[in-house]
Amino acid sequence: MMHSLKQIFPRHDLIAFAILAAILAIVFPLTMDIFRLNLVGKYLTYAFVALGLVLCWGYGGILSLGQGIFFGLGGYCMAMFLKLEASSPENTAIQSTPGIPDFMDWNQLTELPWFWEPFHSLPFTLFAVIAVPTVFAFFIGVAMFKRRVGGVYFAIITQAIAAILTILIIGQQGFTGGVNGITDLRTFLGWDIRTDSAKYLLYFVNLVLLFICLVIAQCVRKNKLGRILVAMRVREERVRFSGYDVSNFKIFVFCLGALFSALGGAMFTLQVGFMSPTFVGIVPSIEMVILCAVGGRLSILGAIYGALLVNFAKTSFSETFPELWLFAMGALFISVVLFFPNGLASLYQEYVLPWIKARFKPRVKTKPEAKVESKAKPQPELSEATDDSANLPAGARYEN
Amino acid sequence: MKTNDFVLAVEGLTVSFDGFKAVNDLSLYVDEGEIRVIIGPNGAGKTTVLDLICGRTKSTSGSIKFRDKELTKMSEHQIVHAGVGRKFQNPSIYEDLTVFENLELSYPKGRSVFGALFFRRDQAVINQVKAIAESIFLADLLDKPAGLLSHGQKQWLEIGMLLIQEPDLLMLDEPVAGMSVAERKKTAELLKRITKGRSVVVIEHDMQFAEEIADRVTVLHQGQVLSEGSMERVQNDPKVIEVYLGH
Ligand SMILES: Nc1ncnc2c1ncn2[C@@H]1O[C@H](COP(=O)(O)OP(=O)(O)OP(=O)(O)O)[C@@H](O)[C@H]1O
Ligand SMILES: [Mg+2]
Repeated sequence: MMHSLKQIFPRHDLIAFAILAAILAIVFPLTMDIFRLNLVGKYLTYAFVALGLVLCWGYGGILSLGQGIFFGLGGYCMAMFLKLEASSPENTAIQSTPGIPDFMDWNQLTELPWFWEPFHSLPFTLFAVIAVPTVFAFFIGVAMFKRRVGGVYFAIITQAIAAILTILIIGQQGFTGGVNGITDLRTFLGWDIRTDSAKYLLYFVNLVLLFICLVIAQCVRKNKLGRILVAMRVREERVRFSGYDVSNFKIFVFCLGALFSALGGAMFTLQVGFMSPTFVGIVPSIEMVILCAVGGRLSILGAIYGALLVNFAKTSFSETFPELWLFAMGALFISVVLFFPNGLASLYQEYVLPWIKARFKPRVKTKPEAKVESKAKPQPELSEATDDSANLPAGARYEN
Repeated sequence: MKTNDFVLAVEGLTVSFDGFKAVNDLSLYVDEGEIRVIIGPNGAGKTTVLDLICGRTKSTSGSIKFRDKELTKMSEHQIVHAGVGRKFQNPSIYEDLTVFENLELSYPKGRSVFGALFFRRDQAVINQVKAIAESIFLADLLDKPAGLLSHGQKQWLEIGMLLIQEPDLLMLDEPVAGMSVAERKKTAELLKRITKGRSVVVIEHDMQFAEEIADRVTVLHQGQVLSEGSMERVQNDPKVIEVYLGH
């Protein structure tokens, strides 16, 4: 996978990554107070989901309207660990059964359910954050893709699963905290996560994880697997006759998307301090798709910018007109789909990039030796591809 | 009958779409190294036969043996791995990828998920892609997105994608359809070159072209074999003349 760094990270991608890293790791922390920064951190947990959707939907053509399932499972796993830590016998001495989470006590449970037990252990919890959603995605994937269920049917089924999971969580109040979710989380291995310094640190942990996911996504899209996904999107049938078992590739990318979402969910719990069914169901799942569409569904970096912009808009908009936000969101989605099917990334590709190129071209010409040097390893595919990109068929552009 | 002498032995093959038998109790034997041309009027079931062999359509009954393997039980990619390659009637290529990438994807390595993840574009791959591109007249267009190729070039590319799989049995569905006269000539030359030493099943409407390359010809009509043998024999068969000329 790491065979040629240059092939996976061509220069313009490297620059784009660096710009994003600078904005998130330097500009934001320097210019924002911790309240705002924590908000950005929260938005970025949705970016994990949007990133997974770029691979699943943008590349592989698999539209999942149920990514909240995995975000929620990851978030709940983390929340269970934190809740157990917050429910030590000393903290819960006033309960009729001390040592179990408060909501269990309220629901007349007298002992911890068996599936909560292992969440006393941090290693198990971290494993579960990753494994539970991914394995669940694997089963959904096998059940659907091996039977060649795809397209709209798949989208509807994922949505149904998201709805069922929400109902289950709300219904099993004693085990899950019900509609309120798992709240009042305090410490992580004794370290108070509600303090400002903890929030700063968690913001950066979140960033590091996000960039790890970005690098994984970049590796996937830049090697053969990514090209198989692109091929599958329009010509699934042909891919079979090139000798590939299409369902396995779909299962893989769906699991990867679930894994990303789960990490986002776990980081959400840590940064925001609670997890509830509002982040599992249909509405958040569709919101995630909108983030991805606004950013540009073929652009892994676009997913991050999309998540930030839409959520900034959401926050400022819903402060003033809370009841109008859903309509605004719908309008945004429809107009993006109608007018910018490839999202913000297409604006960047169409207007910003040519402008940058036009401005910086003369400088390159005055330094021919530098250019020769940097092209020492010829990359004919790349240079040619950019020349041709002006008249590429739909879908092949805007990938960045 | 012993099926081992044949590269492909189709016996009693039937497929019914809601009661309509597009292929009806069809038997067909192709020898190793033989070039078989299938002709027949529109809707005779020619494409459906190829669909059945390559696993795209599941048969209602009958058997398809490729060497010793029963293909009716296998899925599409397994049939490809067994060595059967198929070109579609309408050019079916990956428009969003370049010519190079189209050929590379068809290269028979790294076909599992992790194989693809760790696939290296090494010199062997590059050389093979270039060699194939040369033979299909696309050597100068390796970096061009395949969606921008002309119709004829797309047909060649799909033939190239097939060749790079190195199949033992090559199935081509109307490879020269929709081509200009010049392209047709080049394609005929290409096909003659690539069919040497392989077992090939070609569907073709162009009689002259069929006559040039065929070892034997099978005429299909309403899902059944109407006549079979050398081109000359088939052309003089009264049943064939009846189907093609009179109604
Ligand atoms: N999936 C399907 N469902 C229903 N009917 C089908 C299906 N596939 C093919 N048919 C029918 O089977 C018959 C044979 O079709 P087929 O495509 O095999 O003909 P063909 O010999 O390839 O014709 P052409 O020369 O036009 O390509 C046609 O009447 C067609 O409508
Ligand atoms: Mg046909």
